[in-house]
Amino acid sequence: MDKILSYFSDMFVQLWENGYIQRGIWETVYLTFLSAAIAYAIGLPLGLILSVTDEGGIRPIKWLNKTLSIIVNIFRSMPFIILMVAMLPVAKAIVGTSLGNKAMIVMLVIAAAPYVARMVESSIKEVNAGVIEAAQAMGTPNLKIVTKVLLPEAKPALIVGAVISVVTILGYSAMASTIGGGGLGALAIIYGHQRSNPDIIWFSVVLIVIIVQVIQEFGMWIARKCDKRIK
Amino acid sequence: MIEIRNLEKSFHTASGTIVALKNIDLTINDGEIFGIIGLSGAGKSTLVRCINLLEKPTAGEVIVDGQDLMTLPKRALLKMRRSIGMIFQGFNLLEQRTVLGNVCYPLEIDGWKRADARARAVELLELVGLADSQKAYPSQLSGGQKQRVAIARALATNPRYLLCDEATSALDPNNTAQILELLKRINRELGVTIVIITHEMKVIDKICDRVAVIDKSEIAEVGSVAEIFTAPKSEIAKELIFPDSLAVKAVTGGKKLRIVFNGEASTLPVISNLVLECQVPVNILFADTKDFDGKAYGQMIIQLPDDDRKAERVIAYLNTKKISYLKEE
Repeated sequence: MDKILSYFSDMFVQLWENGYIQRGIWETVYLTFLSAAIAYAIGLPLGLILSVTDEGGIRPIKWLNKTLSIIVNIFRSMPFIILMVAMLPVAKAIVGTSLGNKAMIVMLVIAAAPYVARMVESSIKEVNAGVIEAAQAMGTPNLKIVTKVLLPEAKPALIVGAVISVVTILGYSAMASTIGGGGLGALAIIYGHQRSNPDIIWFSVVLIVIIVQVIQEFGMWIARKCDKRIK
Repeated sequence: MIEIRNLEKSFHTASGTIVALKNIDLTINDGEIFGIIGLSGAGKSTLVRCINLLEKPTAGEVIVDGQDLMTLPKRALLKMRRSIGMIFQGFNLLEQRTVLGNVCYPLEIDGWKRADARARAVELLELVGLADSQKAYPSQLSGGQKQRVAIARALATNPRYLLCDEATSALDPNNTAQILELLKRINRELGVTIVIITHEMKVIDKICDRVAVIDKSEIAEVGSVAEIFTAPKSEIAKELIFPDSLAVKAVTGGKKLRIVFNGEASTLPVISNLVLECQVPVNILFADTKDFDGKAYGQMIIQLPDDDRKAERVIAYLNTKKISYLKEE
């Protein structure tokens, strides 16, 4: 271990020995997954409402669909870095602070939930219209169409969407480090960039790439595994 | 009994209103297999969807077992739909559920206990001959097998009616024959009234008791299959039943007779006897006859000799033998 560390800068060695880098990896992972989970808690129902109330949906409600669609578009069109600054007061109102990991989670959720909603919406819309019609012909109430037809039939697409969403949130989390959150992004910016230690930047980059690869491969494996259409 | 009264359906689109159905009056009796045939775009798929209100008619009544579905509240309509099964051209099975899961689906919706639903589903899979494929997923089945699963699913809640929307159009001739055979068995053994939408005359021919011919959003003709096959009145019915005879009409000149076989003994050599007795050669331009239980049904177009006297002899012969015919232009 000492031999490997001897190739790195003094700053890196110091950070490693104090467990900062290890903590950075853990923080990146937990901030990403916690934010993704909360974003799905908001985005999944939102995406369902968007697809169900759309013109070709099972319960078209034009005004609701239009209103939600416009709100989602507003959040989706704002660059993340600007959205973050604009949402500082919101973070303060929700978690009591506009700094640190808690504030960072709020930012990530605000940015990711509309994205997740669109992901869910497009997955649900992929469900074969004929299958929905068959369910209606069998006298299925709308709520049961959602729980017994739309969600189960869209499951593989929803999982693929979740993988893409998580990777996007991971990217955002590096940027969100600038408001004082933790994670590999913070390490790369504070100790790597601002104190001129390129090895810390590159080490963070490599770790992030590895994390993304693991999420991607594992997620796709699950998606394939649960899709009964390909055998 | 399904009664459709003065039904009308129009769609509003950006480019104006499109009338899909108008002046539709139909009565479908209990226990029969009723066919609805028409070219694509004639409105037949919309019509079948009006029977279970998947499409809400613009005007008119849809009365099933004495109840006007148009006046039913939403919840009662959903319940009513469970007594009207439906199968589709594209099978529309739940791809993420097993065969057994698919057949259990309508029972879950109907609030059955899990064990009861499974037992019922297995019973139905046995009926359609797929008891061995319970654990398979739809993607592992052939088209014919998928349609069998769809039939089992449609019958799960013991419906009195079964609507079939182009149910065999995506199948090869062999599978088509098997599915039609199965539908016939379901009709005879379970007493399920079947409504079949199709563009293929041979489907009607094979299993239907009565048929409605639909053309340009309206019903052109309704009658027993034997009636419509032997003496189609509307242009569209003639076109559907004898697509080739119209081509004959277009190319050849001269006097022609359309001879209609309406249940004469099929063993009787009508044309040969005609030629021998009248001493007149006739040219057969078109023939399509079928043998139902030793009786001949169908039509034949023969070209008459140009000599009027010889032609009259042929006509006189047909008159004395009581064989119906129509003079063709």
